[in-house]
Amino acid sequence: MNMAEPMGFYTDTTVCIGCKACEVACKEWNQLPSTNGGQNTLSGDSYDNTRRLDGLHWRHVKFVEQFTEDRGEGRWLLMSDVCKHCVQAACLEVCPTNAIIRTEFDTVVIQSDACNGCRDCITACPFGVIDINPVSGTAQKCTLCYDRLQTGMEPACSKACPTDSIQFGTISDLRGRAQKRVEQLQQGGEKRAYLYGADEKMLGGLNSFFLLVDKPEVYGLPPDPKMPTRNLVPGTLFSMLGAVLVGLIGIFNFRNRGARAREETRL
Amino acid sequence: MNGIPSSTYFTAPPDWGWLIVFYFFFGGLAGGCYFIAVLIDFFGRPEDRPLARLGYLISFPCLIISGILLTVDLYRPERFWHMLIESNTFQPMFKYWSPMSVGSWSLLIFGLFSFLSFLSALADSGRITWSGARRLRPPGTIGGIISIIGGLFAFYVAGYTGVLLAVTNRPIWSDSPLLGMLFVISAASISAALMILLAERNRWTMPGIADLHRMDVWVLALELIVLIAFLISLGPVFRAWFSVWGVVLLLGVVVLGMLVPLSLSWRRQWLGGLNATATAALVLIGGFILRMAIVLGAEAV
Repeated sequence: MNMAEPMGFYTDTTVCIGCKACEVACKEWNQLPSTNGGQNTLSGDSYDNTRRLDGLHWRHVKFVEQFTEDRGEGRWLLMSDVCKHCVQAACLEVCPTNAIIRTEFDTVVIQSDACNGCRDCITACPFGVIDINPVSGTAQKCTLCYDRLQTGMEPACSKACPTDSIQFGTISDLRGRAQKRVEQLQQGGEKRAYLYGADEKMLGGLNSFFLLVDKPEVYGLPPDPKMPTRNLVPGTLFSMLGAVLVGLIGIFNFRNRGARAREETRL
Repeated sequence: MNGIPSSTYFTAPPDWGWLIVFYFFFGGLAGGCYFIAVLIDFFGRPEDRPLARLGYLISFPCLIISGILLTVDLYRPERFWHMLIESNTFQPMFKYWSPMSVGSWSLLIFGLFSFLSFLSALADSGRITWSGARRLRPPGTIGGIISIIGGLFAFYVAGYTGVLLAVTNRPIWSDSPLLGMLFVISAASISAALMILLAERNRWTMPGIADLHRMDVWVLALELIVLIAFLISLGPVFRAWFSVWGVVLLLGVVVLGMLVPLSLSWRRQWLGGLNATATAALVLIGGFILRMAIVLGAEAV
């Protein structure tokens, strides 16, 4: 596979206006069907009626409302969420059918024809991105418009974004742009601005990273996402210890009496 | 973290429900019964041989049920073979770092050994007339090799499900490395309990039943200790059990499935002749509820 330069998204949440053009563009390009026969149910407590990423929603504009009790002061935090295309991808790591692959653009794609719907990737993704598409019966998520990338086109969501909240490009270029934006915001008084997932510390780097102005958990993002295999060696060793203890208990209970019986038979 | 105890709270539930609960239960029985049968074959008395035979006879059908449950639980069951053969290249599909991948192969390989031991048990009990089948279990060399390799895979099948849950990012499951150990020990306790129940039903009186009962009490005590260690190891995530599933775990597993059977074993006169049967039945029920609470409890977070 000829590796192109790693590509991804940089999402500047401070300029998102919650128009959901990205959600619509994603649905349209990827031919993702509507839910509930086209009659969407309302959440009833927010303009966010998509609510979460799943097999039919590969983009999700989060509406975080931060208001005082009397609603005298407040702010909206808006963030277009998507698969993070992690450099160390938990979903890819655990997938037992190799349905999840890393592309030449360093993005992570689920091959629907290989997936058998075991859902191990859903449990592994630290961001809750993946879910089953009820139409195909397979796990699905954002492909970073792999088909568009292969023909030199920009992903549908970033193309549709009217405020450039979602920016597409090479990771090195995006990181440079994002760092400048953080500095600009901080000089302008927004001292809370920082980048989430832009460096290698988080799962080797997120190829879809974010500029945030509050703690990650406020946006529904884990502060410290980890790889699932962290438990593989200790879990296996403890299991072996369990088997040894059970074996010893069994041997202790059967051996003494069995040996005595064999001795008596011999006599 | 705004009152959120762990980064695992940001994941999505995989919708592993009742089929998986039953799979974990039957998989535990398949592995546990085989493991105990091998122990009896190697270390038990000659007159306990029917008890070991019973273990092999339980193991294989339970494994078949497990395989069916696991396949039906897939959203695309017709693609179950993708776990073993890579569908794009038709090369063997194996990832040693993915418990689900290793588990799929283990179920297949254990199935072969379990089937051979099942045949030998059928021949031993006179249900099939092929005399060669008797050589497929100890004390012969071929039987010994089959039992040892089968026993190792039996242990893996009994415990890998706990490691599989730990190798995720879900709350409870991935917040402790002790689930595999808990499942291995629980597999032994429920398997011993089922073998005691069936032996009692057949009105068998061989001395191995008392040994098995004694073993089950020890294993159950160990299981209680490991369950407590598991709950402590969850740290701040322990509060995920402040729900209906916590009540189920406490009453269904700790009280009904562990403390009551341990008490019944300690005070044998309480239920008279029914004591051993009641103890085994409660251990079996407690083992099922343990898997139910662990799987569905984390699903509900």
